[in-house]
Amino acid sequence: MNASSDRILRVRRTLNPPLIALLLAVVLFFAGGLVKPNFVNLDQATNIVRLAAFLGIIAAGQTLVIISGGEGIDLSVGAVVTLGAMLTFRFTDGDNNLIPLGLLLACGSGLLIGLLNGLGVSLLRIPPLVMTLGMTGVVQGTVLVVTQGEMLGATPRLMAKWIASPLVLGIPGVIFIWLALGVAMWLVLNRTTYGKYLFAIGTNRTAARLSGVRVQFIVVATYMLSGLLAGFGGFILLGFSQTVFLQLGNSYLFPSIAAVVVGGTLLSGGMGSYWGTMSGALVLTLIDSLLRAMELDEAYQLIIVGIILLALISIYGRQTSLRQ
Amino acid sequence: MVNTRARYFFARNTYLFSLLLLAILLSVNYSLQDNLFELRILNNSMRTLLPLIVLAVGQSVVIIGGGIDLSVGTMVSMLVAVLVKLIDAESSSTDIVLAVLAACGVGALAGTLNGVMVAVLRLQPIVTTYATSFIFSGVALVLLPRPGGQIPTELRRFYAGTPNGIPLAFYVIGILILVWMLLRSTRYAQFLFATGSNDKAAYTTGVPVKIIRLTTYIWAGVFAGLAASALTFSTGSGQANIGDNMTLDSIVAVVLGGTRLSGGKGGIAGAIIGVMILRVIRNVIFFADVPTWSQTLVNALIIIAALAGPGLVGLIRRVVNK
Repeated sequence: MNASSDRILRVRRTLNPPLIALLLAVVLFFAGGLVKPNFVNLDQATNIVRLAAFLGIIAAGQTLVIISGGEGIDLSVGAVVTLGAMLTFRFTDGDNNLIPLGLLLACGSGLLIGLLNGLGVSLLRIPPLVMTLGMTGVVQGTVLVVTQGEMLGATPRLMAKWIASPLVLGIPGVIFIWLALGVAMWLVLNRTTYGKYLFAIGTNRTAARLSGVRVQFIVVATYMLSGLLAGFGGFILLGFSQTVFLQLGNSYLFPSIAAVVVGGTLLSGGMGSYWGTMSGALVLTLIDSLLRAMELDEAYQLIIVGIILLALISIYGRQTSLRQ
Repeated sequence: MVNTRARYFFARNTYLFSLLLLAILLSVNYSLQDNLFELRILNNSMRTLLPLIVLAVGQSVVIIGGGIDLSVGTMVSMLVAVLVKLIDAESSSTDIVLAVLAACGVGALAGTLNGVMVAVLRLQPIVTTYATSFIFSGVALVLLPRPGGQIPTELRRFYAGTPNGIPLAFYVIGILILVWMLLRSTRYAQFLFATGSNDKAAYTTGVPVKIIRLTTYIWAGVFAGLAASALTFSTGSGQANIGDNMTLDSIVAVVLGGTRLSGGKGGIAGAIIGVMILRVIRNVIFFADVPTWSQTLVNALIIIAALAGPGLVGLIRRVVNK
């Protein structure tokens, strides 16, 4: 190991990526005030955290899959979000008493999709990228078969009330749910055997297998968790959108990957955290809101988002040098 | 002896399984649609397929080199916008050649941006090319805020032509495969495969890994330019998101063609076969009278089954050997 890679490691250690992302979010928020004076206020801050919460919840499973390494990535989350929202919408049909059924269906269907993803990746050795992409087609196809193109159903009133509207102290329920998920994810990643094994297989699968980790089992479990969390994300998202359409979850797919990467989790696996993803979701949502507030032309918005993403990735998304 | 030789043959020609699959699917398709191989029908299918074929060839070069390019689709959108800006109904053939060269040039520039980010700055290809795809769709929208454009009638007729009774697309495919076969024995190709299969080892044995990787993204850009040209010639006009959906199809096609996503193995023949497989599956579903609302599901299930094929063989072999 020479000086340059040593330097990169030192920079990584002193500049904690999640912390940079979080600081960046705060700076961006106040920068918004310069662009648009009425951007900085408590309502706006709450609204941005609320929007970030949906992305953050959907990106939770993505974080696990990416940490698991082996080119791990889940491109089916967008479709599973739509499926979860659709099932809740259709089968509760607006009845508050059926909310638990909706939750069960959303999470259960996600779990099943995740199981299929996991089996395809681990047993059939299909690359995760194309396996989960193929499952996207299967899920979208299933949605079409079930709905026959007609989105029938309704959102239970209580869901909208608990999730999207202010619950306590003007803070919407989804933010509490997100924080609770954050704590749960921290516990899972840092205080359970599963978490320990997850980082182990992400760092080096062979070494993990030789030290007795059942690698395939952990991989399948991880994709199942990702599906479960995406289904849950769809359930939660319905409380906000209150309506379902075929592309509902699609707009969260690549942002969920970007949030993970901006939060400092390595795409090659073995290193990362959920609170990084949470900060990443905040940064991405802020950039989006800021550009919207500036009322730029859509074309220039896209170009600026691209440049900002490139800048964010180049801060700490660099891989190690070949010259070692 | 025979066994090892056969195994070596299969390992070198990774697309053979895909070729078999294509043959099976084609015969199913033919049994459902007996005019499949009539010149007019064949030419129509091949003409609309050519843009994705060309794009997937570029994608497979990137993937063989150990990378991936999620921006090729938006690149096609941007380059279609460039072409539509440069060509109108009165353009001469010189103008058109220059426009195609310009599209490939802009594509090469866009590919250089990707390549520098990934190869020189060592950023992760998936997120990097996802980020640049925003830039390319932004530029596409700036160039072409509203759908439009016109091309000369002769150009459209030329592109739809069947010289010597063979669809034009087959000539293009033939040239691509010929160039690839010539390239395969050069040092560049050896370096490309070495970079893709083990970049550290390649680096220590003196392969210019950075430059090779950079060039793969430039190739993807150039091929996006050619794909955009084919797309413009077949549709006759453009819109700012016309190519966006081609990215994921190009990746699936490459994998269906037997090229490993982890790099270092495969070839462009696989990508071409992969695109054809995707199209024939769609044909079969259409002519088998699958109910409208089930078509997406059936399509996806067949693709997954095709992807699972080699893995299933491997799984059975692992279980039997145990």
